[in-house]
Amino acid sequence: MKNAIHHEVSSELLKHLGLEFYSDNGKGKDCSTLNERLVKNGKLVDSLEAAIKKSGLKDGMTISFHHHFRNGDYILNMVLDTLAKMGFKNLTVASSSLSTAHAPLIEHIKSGVVTKIESSGMRDDLADAISHGLMKEPVIFRSHGGRASAIANGSLHIDVAFLGAPSSDVVGNASGVYTNPEGKSICGSLGYAKVDARYADKAIILTDNVVPFPNSPASIPATDVDYVVKVEALGDSSKISSGATRFTKNPRDLLIAEAAAKVIQESGYFTDGFSIQTGSGGAALAVTRFISEEMVKRNIKARFALGGITGQIVKLYEEGLIGKILDVQGFDTIAAESLINNADHIEVDGNQYASPFNEGSAIHQLDVVILSALEVDVNFNVNVLTGSDGVIRGAIGGHPDTASKAALTVLVSPLIRGRIPCILDRVNTLVTPGSVCDVLVTDQGIAVNPNRPEVKERLLKAGLKVTTIEALKESAEKVVGKPDPLQFTDKVVAVVTHPDGRVLDVIHEVKA
Amino acid sequence: MATKQRLRRTMMFIPGNNPGMMRDAHIYGSDSIMFDLEDAVSMAEKDAARLLVFNAIKTIDYGDTEVVVRINPLNTPYGKADIEAMVVAGAHVLRMPKTETAEDITECEAYIAEMEKKHGIPVGKTLMMAAIEGALGVINAYKIATASDRLIGIAIGAEDYCANLKANRTKSGIELQLARETIVVAARAAGIDALDTVFSDVNDEEQLIYEATLVKEMGFDGKSVINPRQIGPVHKVFAPTEKEIEKAKRIIAALKEAEAKGSGVISLNGKMVDRPVVIRAERTIELAIASGVLLPEEVE
Repeated sequence: MKNAIHHEVSSELLKHLGLEFYSDNGKGKDCSTLNERLVKNGKLVDSLEAAIKKSGLKDGMTISFHHHFRNGDYILNMVLDTLAKMGFKNLTVASSSLSTAHAPLIEHIKSGVVTKIESSGMRDDLADAISHGLMKEPVIFRSHGGRASAIANGSLHIDVAFLGAPSSDVVGNASGVYTNPEGKSICGSLGYAKVDARYADKAIILTDNVVPFPNSPASIPATDVDYVVKVEALGDSSKISSGATRFTKNPRDLLIAEAAAKVIQESGYFTDGFSIQTGSGGAALAVTRFISEEMVKRNIKARFALGGITGQIVKLYEEGLIGKILDVQGFDTIAAESLINNADHIEVDGNQYASPFNEGSAIHQLDVVILSALEVDVNFNVNVLTGSDGVIRGAIGGHPDTASKAALTVLVSPLIRGRIPCILDRVNTLVTPGSVCDVLVTDQGIAVNPNRPEVKERLLKAGLKVTTIEALKESAEKVVGKPDPLQFTDKVVAVVTHPDGRVLDVIHEVKA
Repeated sequence: MATKQRLRRTMMFIPGNNPGMMRDAHIYGSDSIMFDLEDAVSMAEKDAARLLVFNAIKTIDYGDTEVVVRINPLNTPYGKADIEAMVVAGAHVLRMPKTETAEDITECEAYIAEMEKKHGIPVGKTLMMAAIEGALGVINAYKIATASDRLIGIAIGAEDYCANLKANRTKSGIELQLARETIVVAARAAGIDALDTVFSDVNDEEQLIYEATLVKEMGFDGKSVINPRQIGPVHKVFAPTEKEIEKAKRIIAALKEAEAKGSGVISLNGKMVDRPVVIRAERTIELAIASGVLLPEEVE
């Protein structure tokens, strides 16, 4: 074969190298203007249905979603309604998490549109139905870091990702924020969605706000996107953008937060340049308030704050107490807007945040994490997934990811909720192994994991009241007694995986 | 344990019909908790609340916290039953509401003693405090304060008092000035504690601190609170300053030196230290330790 300048390229050489011979087929190039090109580009599709057809989705495939719109999300229900109408069956829904808004999934499961689910968690009607045996196949629960790494290493293969974005240009530069007045809902970091877009065979962006090219800052680059669909609304914007996450006024949460702050201050990890993450939940979030007072007093600054980000973290950053913010998920509008305005507020994807396999992920650089717990047992094992009735009612989130890598993992929990003790002989579902949970702070005392004697010593030396976890369990039982064991059937309704992908536990169907 | 003399910077009110709050009322660190069987409980729930408070005191370990119960007055159908139940439960202190005369106290005391005898409890174990909530009570404050050896303190209840006085509650607290002064003087004369009224807007921390500072300066031992969030600010107000602590430490050191020498005269920097100064210094140290600004081992 001869090329345009008459050089010979032999077919043997091409075969040997596995390369093809170049030919422009006489097509030339597109000489229209940018404005013309943006109008006629092939990525912007008229309807969701058309995008689905173009994506090549087939029965039995895996579709994915993100949960950055929290409980205001319309996307998942909208897509599944469309898929059901189009006659799809046996789909696997792999969402970064599921919330109360996703109860319509129940019908799609009953009708066979959806036969498998992977998620970080689920709540209310859907969770209740699944706990009572709705699905034939067990749900696979993964942590945020576990999901991201499973997607990256191929053990969770996504065929088509349906990703809502508060703004996108026509070629798919998509963002969790926007700067134009037409924008409707801001969600902040699209950290979890970034992974889906990158690794899915096809990624479809759904947006209610098409902006001029190039959309910036873009969470998801257009090069990871196949189609863009304009939709009426991404969701209930009041539930997507939640103003400012306010500090709890619950005195019990404040008591726990204050004690947890003291634990951190005396733990040996409260030094200039430390790093910190607070999980969700009133007490965990409120820790920052108490800790910041002490940071000012001792002239200590944090190098970075990680994870789900609130307006309070942004405030500390703006006060100069935190050097950088690594944001995988925004918790409120202030955090979302900070992503636009603050240069050191950095959006990270699920793998940069919490890949268990790569030492470069941020959790590997974490000093302190404060995490809520639904149940803790005497071996410091934690459950954040099933309630005291055995029904699924929560999410793994980043719990085991951060707990297993942070130098100091502080659990916060009341001793008793209602009339249910939170400290048990054995948690009902194993989500985070006790070996990586270092300190438990309750409203009635602090217990240190026996494998961290040096931390216990430091706390005692500082005059903190440290007791044993067994003593805490007993004092809870003294007030509310010991609950009867829960009744389950033999059917497994869900499995809980460790961030490394191995199975930690199974969740059984609750006896009706 | 029931003790007459102890720190009473904060007394937290807990409705006697709220088991959720009663379960861990002590964890917020108020010096005393007060279960209310009186105004917080409607007529229909009086019996249920009594039973609830009885079992809470019997069951829950409230640690070092002083347990006070506000009972219904003796002239109601519930007063006697409240006294019997709380004496048996082992409440440290019974708070008598709307005390107007010394007889209100002596009548209650007699019934308390009767119940202690009936149930084989050492007579005198159950302590009392009196809430003064009307003009007559203020007039009789000293007589009330000295009516019984069981009394640990007298308190002012501002709302009822102001209604009775035809006065309005103000931010400055001018309407309470005479009553507060009278109660402090009567309490001091009787050698018992003076305790201030509640401040009911839990979201107005500034005014809470103003009131707490005012009554601290007037000589009160503490203030009642209605929400755990009010405890910290009040304790902060009652915590001694660094300067006060340093001075107190020097006085205590001088006292110890005098004791070591077997001398009855305490002198500091060449000046004689009077007994009341020593008492105040001891109180400052105790307060400082309780407030967490001084470690016990720092007083050597």
